[in-house]
Amino acid sequence: MGFNIDDYYTALTGDNVLLAYKGSITTDFINNVLDTVEAKLKDFNEESKIQKKVYNVLVESLQNLYHHIDELPDKFKDEYDIKFGILIISKENSAYRISTGNFIRSEKIKYLKDKIDKINSLSKEELKDMYKFILNHQKLSAKGGGGLGLVDIARKTGNKLNYMFQSFNNEFYFYTLDIFISEPK
Amino acid sequence: MEHISIEGSPKTPTVKFDASEGIVEIKGRSIPENSIEFYKPLVDWLEEYKKDPLPLTKVNIQLEYFNTSSSKCILDVFKKLEAIHKAKHDVVVNWYYEEDDEDMLEAGEDYESIIRIPFKMIEIAE
Repeated sequence: MGFNIDDYYTALTGDNVLLAYKGSITTDFINNVLDTVEAKLKDFNEESKIQKKVYNVLVESLQNLYHHIDELPDKFKDEYDIKFGILIISKENSAYRISTGNFIRSEKIKYLKDKIDKINSLSKEELKDMYKFILNHQKLSAKGGGGLGLVDIARKTGNKLNYMFQSFNNEFYFYTLDIFISEPK
Repeated sequence: MEHISIEGSPKTPTVKFDASEGIVEIKGRSIPENSIEFYKPLVDWLEEYKKDPLPLTKVNIQLEYFNTSSSKCILDVFKKLEAIHKAKHDVVVNWYYEEDDEDMLEAGEDYESIIRIPFKMIEIAE
C-alpha cells in the first residue's frame, strides 16, 4: 500500500482547524460546509473582503472536488466512501488554508500538473488574460465545469497553488491541493 | 412576453426580466454546482426578447457571489444583450459591487472588456 491518507489527514488537523472532514463529497455536504464557514467567518468579525475571498475560494475548491473525484474500484468500498474526499480548513495567524484531497486516475496527472504549473508561472495580469480567454472560448461541460476554477482561485488569492500527487496503487494517486488566502497586500 | 420572476435561494439569484419595462435584473448569489439548468430559460427569454426589444434595455447585475460555472452563463446572458445592442437598440449595464469588493469590480471589468455594451460600475456603500 502506498501513501497513507489517514496519516496525512491527522498531520493536518491541528489546533487551528475550523473544519476537518473525510468522506463522501455530496451537494448536501457542500451546502453544510458553506453555511458553517460563512457563520464562522462572521463570528470572527473578519473584514468583509476577507470573508468574501474565503467564501468564494471555498465554493470553487469544493465544486472542483465534487466534479473531479475519481472513484476507486469496488474492492475499496469498505475503506473509502463513494466520492471520497478530504477537506480541511484552518486559520494560522491571519492566513486561511483550504486543503482538499481526492483520488485521481494516474493517466490524468500529467494534464492537471501541467495546468497547475502553468497557472503558478503566471503573473496577475497573465492570469487575468488566461481567465478571460477560457471564459470566452471554452464551452461548459455537461457537469457545469468550465475549466476556470483553479485559475479563479489563483487570481483571487494571489498565491501559488501547492499540490502533491501521492501514489496509492498502480492506477490511482491521491491528489492534494493547498490553497492559502492571506490579507490582501 | 411573460415576465420572469424568480426568488433567490442560498445558491441561486433573484431574477426579474420584464419585457414591458425593458428590465433585466440578476441579484444575490449564483453558486450552483451546475448553472446551465438555471440560466438556460434566461438566455432563451432574451433570445425571444431580442426580436422586439424596447428602445432602452436596463440591465442591473448585483451579485454578492458567483462561481466560475455561473460566470460562463452570465457571459451568455451578456452575449444576447450585445446582439440587441448591435441591432441599434440601447442597452445599459449597471454592474453593482460593494465598496471593498475589488474581486467583484474586476469581474465586471472582465465582462466589460469582452462585451461591446456600455457598462456602468456602481459602488454600493456598506
